[in-house]
Amino acid sequence: MLEPAEIIRQEYLRHDKKFPHVWCPGCGNGIVMNALLRAIHHLELPKDNVVLASGIGCSGRLPTYVDFNTIHTTHGRALTFATGVKLARPQLSVIAVMGDGDATAIGGNHFIHAARRNLNLTAIIINNNTYGMTGGQYSPTTPYGSKSTTSVYGHVEHAFNIAELAVVAGASFVARGTVYHTTHLRTMIEQAIVKRGFSVVEVISNCHVQHGRRNKLGNAVQMINSFKENAVQVNKAEKMSAEEMRGKFTIGVLCDVEKPVSTEEYDRVRLAAQAEANRIAEEKAKNGVKRYEE
Amino acid sequence: MGASEGQKRVLLQGNEAIVQGALAAGCRFFAGYPITPASEISEVLSVRLPQVGGTFIQMEDEIASMGAIIGASLAGVKSMTATSGPGFSLIQENLGYACIAEVPCVVVNVMRGGPSTGLPTSVAQGDVQMARWGTHGDHPIIVLSVSSVSECFSVTIKAFNLSEKFRVPVIILSDEVVAHTRESVILPQQSEIQVFDRITPSVPPEWYKPYADNNRGVPDMSAVGDGYRHHVTGLVHDERGFPTQQPKEVEQFLNRLHSKITKGFNEIVVTKSFEMEDAEICVIAYGSVARSAMRAVRDARAQGIKAGMVQLVTLFPFPRKVVDSALRQCKTVVVPEMNMGQISREIHRVNQAGTRIIKHNRIDGHLITPNEILKYLLKV
Ligand SMILES: Cc1ncc(C[n+]2csc(CCOP(=O)(O)OP(=O)(O)O)c2C)c(N)n1
Ligand code: SF4
Ligand SMILES: [Mg+2]
Repeated sequence: MLEPAEIIRQEYLRHDKKFPHVWCPGCGNGIVMNALLRAIHHLELPKDNVVLASGIGCSGRLPTYVDFNTIHTTHGRALTFATGVKLARPQLSVIAVMGDGDATAIGGNHFIHAARRNLNLTAIIINNNTYGMTGGQYSPTTPYGSKSTTSVYGHVEHAFNIAELAVVAGASFVARGTVYHTTHLRTMIEQAIVKRGFSVVEVISNCHVQHGRRNKLGNAVQMINSFKENAVQVNKAEKMSAEEMRGKFTIGVLCDVEKPVSTEEYDRVRLAAQAEANRIAEEKAKNGVKRYEE
Repeated sequence: MGASEGQKRVLLQGNEAIVQGALAAGCRFFAGYPITPASEISEVLSVRLPQVGGTFIQMEDEIASMGAIIGASLAGVKSMTATSGPGFSLIQENLGYACIAEVPCVVVNVMRGGPSTGLPTSVAQGDVQMARWGTHGDHPIIVLSVSSVSECFSVTIKAFNLSEKFRVPVIILSDEVVAHTRESVILPQQSEIQVFDRITPSVPPEWYKPYADNNRGVPDMSAVGDGYRHHVTGLVHDERGFPTQQPKEVEQFLNRLHSKITKGFNEIVVTKSFEMEDAEICVIAYGSVARSAMRAVRDARAQGIKAGMVQLVTLFPFPRKVVDSALRQCKTVVVPEMNMGQISREIHRVNQAGTRIIKHNRIDGHLITPNEILKYLLKV
């Protein structure tokens, strides 16, 4: 049950922002933005309580257009800013929006540590297999053999599987969606936001302009349709052989586990620290300590 | 000197005094990555911050630490990180973000010998120009230095106040000697300490323009989550915070960024003068070297030489007025530094009167001694 586009447009787009946006016609980023807005709308999160932090890239421009608390940070660092915001104001819903290069090349260390740390944050990674904004150089998810502006002879390195990386790094919730399966994507994002703990949604998206064109993957529509062809639901994939899965990828929830959330764990630290401080103060008062040591 | 009613006499290390100063100034968030000789700041804050309802976090590196303190500050919490040379290199990227997005925060750099891993962990002052120019692009910044444990306390409070007032990151340059020296200091009562908190908007959210100019040149700052939804970016932005490339808006914005510091010059710049009334020769020094210089001046005075000292607490914006008058007053100025002359070059730039400037540079990881400075004072 999708909300009418008009509500989304009126309620969530920034009308005082100078449109148009920077994205190419047909770019998957707009579809991800739409799914995110519908997820937030569906969850009825007050706009004042939503914080979007992004990095640098085409994907990083997303928060600029939407009416929340938005922080366009530095390349790869969105999760570090988000960590500070979340710890300072744990009651806010903090969502980081990143590109594949942003999250897993320059920001790769922050990404795995955020997953390990398990703050109550949500990371949405728009994986278009390239550095879109800088003109289509190879990224950590550019497939082996692909052409890019820095691998014109064919890429000789191997790609990260972002969602699986998040799982082994310790994220509480990991899902993958695509810009073809928009309703599914919305529900994945909703589940990620609701999840207590570090949650990740990898979104398979199209950069037909930089990546598609060089690799003869067709126009935006053809690329997006190819996601329909190649996406396999997680439970279905389990019954398929490696041979059958060749060239395909899974979508759905890859991991959903319960573990202590460090935002809340730190409350325990505060209680212990305050008890200790009180104990020391009482002791000083009792013994009439004249000497201060702090 | 005895402590009066309510004051506390305590034995503290420089790094511990920075912690006390930060807490007194209202710091409630710290993110850092271990590095000698700054680690005690992290360690003590990891104990103290949760006691006062604040937050300590150890991040995966200094890039992340800097990002986290900016995030916390945007959410309305006074924030700090502390590091040394190698980490100071890493914070530079997001330091520029704090400059352009005007996010108050304090960065402590306890200097050790460089470049690179350098001399862990002997004393040096090699990061002075880096503190001013380390992050790319023309940017305003405030750099303060500390020479004693009691200054670690008071200058840290000053750093937070300036940062909140001018919405600019403030760097505190400490050094290994100050950081690890233990001294007995008298801490004032909290009620005696002046604490400045950033000015928040008084208009309703619909009217709020997060980067609009005003008579202070420093926009009112709302915290994330307080109902003033707006956009923050490291791109050059218009008064509503949205990216712009319009030359007029770009120029206006960047000019304001710089002029807020120029306007605040007198409030930002702190120097201390010692025996300067009738001085004919003086030492200009900062950091732990200022302690050696003070001793050298005393010894010179004992031998009948009219020597004095100007201690620079604020390094940037450069205290050109005070330095200019010292240069006019004295025939010779001695500038001892534990680097190759990073402040003496600033003094040269101010030197209109053709005063003789003697550099004394030591970069072997050892503190410049009073005798090294005294030699120059006796020669004249
Ligand atoms: C420190 C730094 N290095 C390099 C850049 C240049 N840069 C801007 S965007 C980008 C890559 C973006 O790729 P990705 O994160 O996949 O986002 P996309 O544009 O594909 O959405 C790079 C390398 C930068 N802004 N900062
Ligand atoms: S370059 Fe690619 S990722 Fe960037 S806006 Fe265009 S299509 Fe989208
Ligand atoms: Mg990309």
